[in-house]
Amino acid sequence: MAATATTTDTVQPKMWMGGIEPMKASYGKLMMWFFLISDTFTFSALLVSYGLVRFSYPAYAGEVADFTFSDLYWPIPEKVYEAVPFLHGVELPLVFVGIMTFILIFSSVTMVLAVEAGHRMDRAGVEKYMLWTILGGFTFLGCQAWEWAHFIHGTDTGTVVRELVNGAWVEKTIFGANLVENQYGPPAFADFFFFITGFHGTHVFSGVILNILIFYRSATGFYDRRGHYEMVEKVGLYWHFVDLVWVFVFTFFYLV
Amino acid sequence: MADIHSEHNSDNGAAQRKQIWKVFYILSILTAVEFLIAFTIPQGTLKVSIFVGMTIVKAFYIVGEFMHLKHEVKSLIWSILIPCIFVVWLLLALMLEGGSIFSLR
Repeated sequence: MAATATTTDTVQPKMWMGGIEPMKASYGKLMMWFFLISDTFTFSALLVSYGLVRFSYPAYAGEVADFTFSDLYWPIPEKVYEAVPFLHGVELPLVFVGIMTFILIFSSVTMVLAVEAGHRMDRAGVEKYMLWTILGGFTFLGCQAWEWAHFIHGTDTGTVVRELVNGAWVEKTIFGANLVENQYGPPAFADFFFFITGFHGTHVFSGVILNILIFYRSATGFYDRRGHYEMVEKVGLYWHFVDLVWVFVFTFFYLV
Repeated sequence: MADIHSEHNSDNGAAQRKQIWKVFYILSILTAVEFLIAFTIPQGTLKVSIFVGMTIVKAFYIVGEFMHLKHEVKSLIWSILIPCIFVVWLLLALMLEGGSIFSLR
């Protein structure tokens, strides 16, 4: 019996310590799924409150071509996100965020290829695809840093807003956005931008750290000695989840 | 069905890799089409419903194929999906609530 138990530990990673396999998934994988469900709730809370606040503000009613920034109505996203690095002054709506989406989808593909290589115990394959995934993650984070910097610094002309300062209405020009002022629309719009993309970016960052750990451990032969590459699969679940969240952020924040 | 996570295939995983790239092309094409729709269809319910539909299709491929949920047992599939259905309900309810806050202002 003892010999059977040892074999079970090394060859069948799905078996739990009680000797059974709830939901035909290993302990680690099932717990990762339940963590991801709880993380879904957190992200949903942010997106649901975005939906609530957005629909409690007036929508822009005129023609898209005549759109100007104002804190009186919710902005059209394609007018806010129209800048691309090195192309200053060129209006390219949603191009940069589209590139970011492709980068993240691509890194998701290299991740699943790493998982597949792990099933074949192909260490070189796991290393190669993990490196591509890490590169994709860092590229995405770099893009997001640029996007934030642009959003915070604002456009060349800025937006004139009327504000109540010490009991008197004053007109002033503001550039960019922070948590209290926003040239693109109501301050709540910038708040949601910072919280939702920031929370997602934090997830990408921790995903990159986990991917580096996985790369290091497979490169040093840790998973070969363990007998399976299931850890790649578990971290892969997390990484795909981050990609999945971005698909929803892309739709609800940038497109709709 | 070429299960992208199954082990010990006779063709050394070639069919799985083919399936992975197929899903990648589907996701890329969907994103490109979303991009086109953003500039061709006027703002309105139709556009929003197309976007939401395409997002769900993309989510299906990411969760089903990349995260392998399609090939898990039914009890695991439902324990992930049912909580998400409640989230969708909350989203719709609070968007309507936002609309009513707007009309009360």
